[in-house]
Amino acid sequence: MLKSKTARILLIVCFVVLLATPIVIKRLSARRQAPTAKLEANTALTRYGFYFQEVASASGVNFVHQAPTLDHRLDHIMPQVASMGAAVSIVDFDHDGWTDIYVTNSGEGSKNALYRNSGDGSFKDVAADLGVADINQPGTGVSMGAVWGDYDNDGYEDLFLYKWGRPELFHNDGGKKFTRTTDTAGLPAWVNANTAIWFDYDGDGRLDLFLGGYYAEDVDLWHLKTTKMMPESFEYAKNGGRKYLFHNLGNGSFEEVSAKLGIDTRRWALAATAADLRGTGHPDLFIANDYGISELYFNDGKQFREVGKQAGVGFSPKSGMNATVGDILNQGKYSIYVSNISEDGVLIQGNNLWVPKEGTSGDSLAYDNLARAMDVEIGGWSFGAQFGDLNNDGTLDLYLVNGYVSADRDKNYWYDFSKIAGGNSTIISDAAHWPAMEGRSLSGYQQKRVWLNDGSGRFVNVAQAVGAIDSYDGRSVALVDLWNRGVLDVVVANQKGPLLIYKNTAAPDNKWIDFELEGTASNRSAIGAEVRLFWNGEQQVQEVSGGSGFCSQNQRRLHFGLGKNPRLERAEIRWPSGKKQTIDAPVAGQNYKIKEPQ
Amino acid sequence: MSQLANEPMGEPVVAPGLQASERKKFRFDNRYIAPLFITCILLVGHLSYGILESYQRTALAIVAALVTELVLGRIFFGKWLNLASAYITGISVGILVRSPAFWPYALCSVISIMSKYVLRVKGRHLWNPSNFGICVLLFLAPETVASLSIQWGNYIWPMLVIWVLGSIIIWRARRFHISATYVVSFFVFAFLRTWITGDPWQSEIAPITGPMYQLFVFFMVTDPKTTVKSKLGQCVVVICVAFVEMLLRLNHVVYAPLYALFLVGPTAMLIEIWMESRRAPAVPATAQ
Repeated sequence: MLKSKTARILLIVCFVVLLATPIVIKRLSARRQAPTAKLEANTALTRYGFYFQEVASASGVNFVHQAPTLDHRLDHIMPQVASMGAAVSIVDFDHDGWTDIYVTNSGEGSKNALYRNSGDGSFKDVAADLGVADINQPGTGVSMGAVWGDYDNDGYEDLFLYKWGRPELFHNDGGKKFTRTTDTAGLPAWVNANTAIWFDYDGDGRLDLFLGGYYAEDVDLWHLKTTKMMPESFEYAKNGGRKYLFHNLGNGSFEEVSAKLGIDTRRWALAATAADLRGTGHPDLFIANDYGISELYFNDGKQFREVGKQAGVGFSPKSGMNATVGDILNQGKYSIYVSNISEDGVLIQGNNLWVPKEGTSGDSLAYDNLARAMDVEIGGWSFGAQFGDLNNDGTLDLYLVNGYVSADRDKNYWYDFSKIAGGNSTIISDAAHWPAMEGRSLSGYQQKRVWLNDGSGRFVNVAQAVGAIDSYDGRSVALVDLWNRGVLDVVVANQKGPLLIYKNTAAPDNKWIDFELEGTASNRSAIGAEVRLFWNGEQQVQEVSGGSGFCSQNQRRLHFGLGKNPRLERAEIRWPSGKKQTIDAPVAGQNYKIKEPQ
Repeated sequence: MSQLANEPMGEPVVAPGLQASERKKFRFDNRYIAPLFITCILLVGHLSYGILESYQRTALAIVAALVTELVLGRIFFGKWLNLASAYITGISVGILVRSPAFWPYALCSVISIMSKYVLRVKGRHLWNPSNFGICVLLFLAPETVASLSIQWGNYIWPMLVIWVLGSIIIWRARRFHISATYVVSFFVFAFLRTWITGDPWQSEIAPITGPMYQLFVFFMVTDPKTTVKSKLGQCVVVICVAFVEMLLRLNHVVYAPLYALFLVGPTAMLIEIWMESRRAPAVPATAQ
């Protein structure tokens, strides 16, 4: 009897301990977090090696994004449907050595902005003067994002603008004005797109273009034929927009070849990026899809094949909203970061950090999701993210923006959202069945994440401590050295919010080196060129990108942080043409401007 | 989730025309119908649509439940218990818990099984084990744990197959009246909510078209060990569950059905135990 009683007491004690376990885990986890209040600049600099100052207004940038007003039959859920369009892409459009900022707007009749960097700390919007502002006229749709690439290899970056509406191509006439070349380019009349990237998939020295549809292309969101235009499922939807792959014919026009080359999908694409993941010399294509699984297309230069399931990235369906690559472990291999949705107690998808599995390569390349192990998993309703070495310590950090609909702080829509999200396709796919939002928030007012890479496989969120303290509905983020100081500044486009410029101040002890590449046999933008830098016995690989993150594009220049007292061994450059070039013992603190050898 | 596996479910399924010895050889123990059914749901759902977070997490939940049942059964009942019930608990946790972490799966299974041994009144446990475990984790670890709340694919036929098969199995277990009463109640209260809130009726019935409800209707509310004994009582209890669920839904509680069962189930059990104790003849002191 006594024995039985003792066992029962022990059982109860164990039970109570187990019930307390989640609370203990939460407290232990909280201890590992950085301070949640902004630190003094010097304290942040000492502790983390950098800090941010938001300087948009002080720099003459007073851009506020406007959302579109769609068909009145969507009025009841307008904030969540008209929830994208704030985008930022970086370009030096006039080759003056100072990077400029292009920002999209999405209200009908609203103007996009091209902020020319004066180099003295100020910016001036020259979009209207150069002909790339008034692109959201009623009847043509509204801007969702833009990517820059020199499609005719004349030395100046051209502008491709994707919209929920008519996509537009603008030729850059020597940095002095832009000429609309949409009509001769052979682009479709209407695409509801949320992602596009420039890349030279076949290595012919001309930039090709990938364009990913979100809503189906026969949907005019201002004049709906039917309200059955929503995703047919929260996690298995295949009724989204088609994908386009435009092969550059070299005469200013493009041929659409997606289906012919193996890209035939109607998932709801929100982000795409291309990188040579297998070292074949051909850029592979990664697509992050909302309402479903991600897709990975291996490219052999002439044909694409979808290998998402085989590679491990395309099985568990989530809400992919970002795709960016980075060599986070300094192993010479790219990991891929995909953002998703996490809301306490309702939906914990967790973001994905796809890290190449040990021992896999080439066609058998496979990935593990190490987001949890590396502490970059939970980021709220996450959107754009970019890798970059923010404190120049030699490892890539991660900047993530988030927040979906910030409206009434005290009322939220999650209950209704979860109710409809679990419904059968006949229910969820019809906007008329969705409960009205009535001014409620949906994952609004969220704190951003600035995850600092400690170099040993763990990231710590220091956003609040280093001054990234805004809580706007972040969409697009781009990293750029705006003032040629050897640090990465951050530009953030917010939905229905201001464009933010976080000026970065990094500890001077940490060194850096930049590479600015120009192709000759390869495409002149050098998109797809890879620099593998060796220093202090380790290496890091970076590739010039034609678009990454969510509706964004970083600076063309590749920036490497090096840490203290770096011993630089060499930089190996592999051009998209296949040519290889080595720079021995490069010098820290320099921006190497390198033209592809003839 | 359900203790159906520990309950007699009518006569064993035996092929006709066989001798007694052969009959014994080919006898299919009805206790395994429910585990088999839920395993089929899991496999079809995952192979078709990838419903699970991962095989490893589900396997962890099942193993944790089985080991806990084996150990506690040995300690407190002095024997190795049949594991069909623990298997259903484990697999239910593996399906219903959604977390990128591993530990919630193990913890939820262990807490679920332990609750059967700890939270007992007059020899009966009060909560459906997996309902208890999942609700506890949703309360205590909302930043890490959610519950399954999405569809299994876009087609209506998998949903219909599961409803039909589930109905047949639950009919054989003589508990169809419970599921049916709950479903009817849900629809009545869904339309009542529509009338109150003005939301589209389609959005109010949307949840019951999802897989969480299929598991809830067939395996949770029907659990023989944690439902009252009389048929009428069982029907009244699930109507109460549906009613409390409606109240919770009107207050925008996402996991309203789980919480409603968490609240109503044990209350009904306690009332029944209390009523039974009042009806039972006084036990002479000498009998102790």
